Amino acid sequence: MRLSLLSDLNAERAARRAAILVTDIASGEQRLVREAEIAGDPLADELRDRLRQGRSGLVEQEGRQLFLTVQAPPVRLAVIGAVHISQALAPMARAVDFDVTIVDPRTAFATPERFPDAPVLAEWPDTVLPEMGLDRYTALVALTHDPKIDDPALAAALRSECFYVGALGSRKTHERRVQRLTESGFTEADLARIHAPIGLDIGAVSPAEIAVSILAEIVATLRKERRRSA
Amino acid sequence: MLSTDAEILKNAEAWRREGRGVAVATVVETWGSAPRPVGSHLVIDGDTNFLGSVSGGCVEGAVITEALDVIADGKPRMLEFGVADETAWQVGLSCGGRIKIYVERVD
Repeated sequence: MRLSLLSDLNAERAARRAAILVTDIASGEQRLVREAEIAGDPLADELRDRLRQGRSGLVEQEGRQLFLTVQAPPVRLAVIGAVHISQALAPMARAVDFDVTIVDPRTAFATPERFPDAPVLAEWPDTVLPEMGLDRYTALVALTHDPKIDDPALAAALRSECFYVGALGSRKTHERRVQRLTESGFTEADLARIHAPIGLDIGAVSPAEIAVSILAEIVATLRKERRRSA
Repeated sequence: MLSTDAEILKNAEAWRREGRGVAVATVVETWGSAPRPVGSHLVIDGDTNFLGSVSGGCVEGAVITEALDVIADGKPRMLEFGVADETAWQVGLSCGGRIKIYVERVD
């Protein structure tokens, strides 16, 4: 592999753009196909398919064996609320290779001292989320318990392609949330995307245990095609 | 430190820029139960420092040895590992799977 190719691959990942490295196994010949270049590639259909599934693998083309290294952008986690659960969640999410950003307009909560592992934005979600660009590699969790902060974040997530949307709160809290979001124009299908009560049911009690259940649910959603059927 | 996919390839680039010999090993095919999915990387330098994994630790030693040859002569190699056989000298996978690994030098 040429160093320049490896460097391009790393640059695409850093810019949150998908890319596929095509390697001719017999000759060692290689080329990089960026997401925007897929349509013009001879392997366009195969590349599009692979990228959608996020699956690397071998393909045959005119008797040649090609290996496709599919590099999807890293998963990003937008955490709304610089709360106690978020303090436990941020380092765990980093450990599974997620890009974590904490958003909370309350400056007493949103301090770098409370979050040494992740960038903290002391802003309203509706101000910063559009700039972040919520894409299909993004998960959003609303953890403030405060509708003034959580609702606009959930609205932004439901208008985006986020693969996971979760909201903290009891069933009752969620019923009221659904009512508010319905009044602002979201459909039943939109609202069904919200995981609430948030997290897998593992009987979590402490903030750290709740963080485990949330992270496990995000991974389970990300990897749903690989899960053993119940 | 735990290395993630992003860090593995970033390190491969950084190591090469420091002037070290570097090889990248990639899982290209698996059969049966295999510990690491297709596309997983292991990067190796000329002093046998390594990051990442291509199995659960079962065949890394053998891949590193082959990687040193790849770093030396620049020819990519395809390695294949099957079920561990205690009576043979070959290393293998105790989980019963088979894997194919492509090893190439960073030039």
